[in-house]
Amino acid sequence: MNALTQTLSANYVFLILGMALVTYAIRAAVFVLGERLAFPPLVRTALSFVPVTVLTAIIVPMTVSPHGGGAELTWRNSQLVAAVVAVAVCIATRRPLLTIAVSLAVFFFWQLVVVA
Amino acid sequence: MKASSGNTLSEFAAGARDTIPMMVGAAPFGVIFGTLVTASPLNLWHGQLMSLAVFAGSAQFIAVGLIAGHASFAVIWATTFIVNLRHILYSATLGPYVAHLPARWRWTLGALMTDEVFAVVYAHYQKRPAGQTGPYYFLGSGVAMYLNWQLWTLAGLLFGAAFPGLQSLGLDFAMVATFIAIVVPQLVAMRFVAASLAAGVLSFAWQGWPYKLGLLAAVLAGVAVGMILTMIETRPRTQERPQ
Repeated sequence: MNALTQTLSANYVFLILGMALVTYAIRAAVFVLGERLAFPPLVRTALSFVPVTVLTAIIVPMTVSPHGGGAELTWRNSQLVAAVVAVAVCIATRRPLLTIAVSLAVFFFWQLVVVA
Repeated sequence: MKASSGNTLSEFAAGARDTIPMMVGAAPFGVIFGTLVTASPLNLWHGQLMSLAVFAGSAQFIAVGLIAGHASFAVIWATTFIVNLRHILYSATLGPYVAHLPARWRWTLGALMTDEVFAVVYAHYQKRPAGQTGPYYFLGSGVAMYLNWQLWTLAGLLFGAAFPGLQSLGLDFAMVATFIAIVVPQLVAMRFVAASLAAGVLSFAWQGWPYKLGLLAAVLAGVAVGMILTMIETRPRTQERPQ
């Protein structure tokens, strides 16, 4: 291991411990502080929108422009095709594991057979 | 709350047993996470360390994606914060059931709270009066989920290391599929659909921002859209009352 990779590795440990600290602080805060932490209804409403917005904000760029650059709104974009299938399967069945299995199968089929 | 040691063990076991369906459900996510780590700049042991120390599936997935995209640490920590904010709602809900426990228990149980543990423990505590619930059921559920997550992370790490060609296939689609499976069932009203769409479109439009800050801005904008729609929906009712 040379000096550069050693520094990088130590940095990642720092990153991971920071993530752990942030996560632990959020999880334990209410339990430890108890009633000193009160949540007004407005804050609760805002929090209820966090999961869907975060996850969507992450996956839309990954599917629409999988190679970084501009939008690839075409049937040759395997990520986009399989993501549309995933949404459809999930709406129809509401079964997470089935959604993942079917869309992964479509993705690999598209990637290895249709586009190739 | 003076539980005998027999009671302690049976409560712990009941918590673990009731968590089994969740453990099965989390297994593929653990494997996918481990595999994604092998396709990222992280070492294998970094992946296991992340599961051991952070123990938060969605945040771990996102962190690996952001690391691969060379996001700054500050952005990764901020994203971790936002993604895990939902746990505040969980601990606020479970708070009354642990408030009477000694502080060391509250610190411990807080560390073990995940989406799955919350679902299992809340279903159990709900049927019991607050203040008379012991910590062992919660502990059993949390420890079972924790060990399960470590095991499947390790399986994914070994799997990814054994088949290094996986990354060229575009494995990150597994993350997309996972997130779609989490998001779609939560779109229970138009305001959630609108908030989600706003965040998605803006995140795409702003993906060129430095340090992936566009992602955080898009999330804030999506939350704002959701809140505005919530206010519009609830306003007519409050206006009707005085008439």
